[in-house]
Amino acid sequence: MSHVYYFTIVGTNDVPLYEAEFGMQIKDTSLSAKEETRYLNQFIAHAALDIIDEAVWNTTDLYLKTLDKYNELNVSCYVTPSNTRFILLHENKADDNIKTFLAECHEFYIKILCNPFYTVNTPIVSPTFEQRVKSLARRFLL
Amino acid sequence: MAKQYKTLGEDIWKNRVETINAELFIFTYGSIVAQLVKDFEDYEQVNKQLEKMGYNIGVRLIEDFLSRSGWGRCTDFKETMEVISKIGFKMFLNIAPTVTNWSTDSKVCSLILDENPLNDFVELPLDTQHKLWYSNILCGVLRGALEMVQMQIEANFISCVLQGDDISEIRVQFIRHLQEELPNADD
Repeated sequence: MSHVYYFTIVGTNDVPLYEAEFGMQIKDTSLSAKEETRYLNQFIAHAALDIIDEAVWNTTDLYLKTLDKYNELNVSCYVTPSNTRFILLHENKADDNIKTFLAECHEFYIKILCNPFYTVNTPIVSPTFEQRVKSLARRFLL
Repeated sequence: MAKQYKTLGEDIWKNRVETINAELFIFTYGSIVAQLVKDFEDYEQVNKQLEKMGYNIGVRLIEDFLSRSGWGRCTDFKETMEVISKIGFKMFLNIAPTVTNWSTDSKVCSLILDENPLNDFVELPLDTQHKLWYSNILCGVLRGALEMVQMQIEANFISCVLQGDDISEIRVQFIRHLQEELPNADD
């Protein structure tokens, strides 16, 4: 069983900063259906933004659990204190792994922010960040 | 002898130095460099500016260094470099770079920075490959400080971990003793 994940970071002005897909393999035919709806992922994630904006007021936690559902896909979200949103689309039920994944991503995001050459709310192009997130996904999601 | 430098350096660091928050220091330096990059849009220029800023720091810092450490005259350039590394760097940055790769005439050597607090958090933009020496201010500090004690040197980064190299290395070259000359005006 291989799950498919779509992960995106949305900046404070609703601009996407980073996106990644995990577990996407095109080789087997049963996945081609997922492949076809892949373009929807961005829509689903960004459609959740309004719900997230409301949900942040109901809790003091940064992790907002699963907020939205679209067909098979659950939308989980993590909002940093500065209102940067980490959105993860996943098929299985939200569990501690997903929570840990998002929290660890937050750590990496802080490291990115500490880099004097990074400007807030610009796309994250750092290869180190990319690599860290990928290995995190392998550890906690796949 | 080498041990003596180390103990003195550690003693000064522990007892005679006021420290500031590391992040404050790192971010301040980081934003200076980032701003220079933005303003000059040319890494060569940025290196030069950092070196100049370092020079101006160095000519002041040496006085503070000498009074705090109470260190007298060094007998040769080798001793000078040891003192700089074990006491000077220790005192201001709490690191002690390794002095190595001496040339046969003892005029050129390398400072290997095993760690560099300035580098923390920093990831250089991808297009800077071997053009921007992020910590170039250190070269300026060395030049400025030694000029005030009548030694003309030249210091350059030749590798830096931020550029993907294995080590950070500053090449220091002794040029000549200045004889009773007035220091150059701040440039």
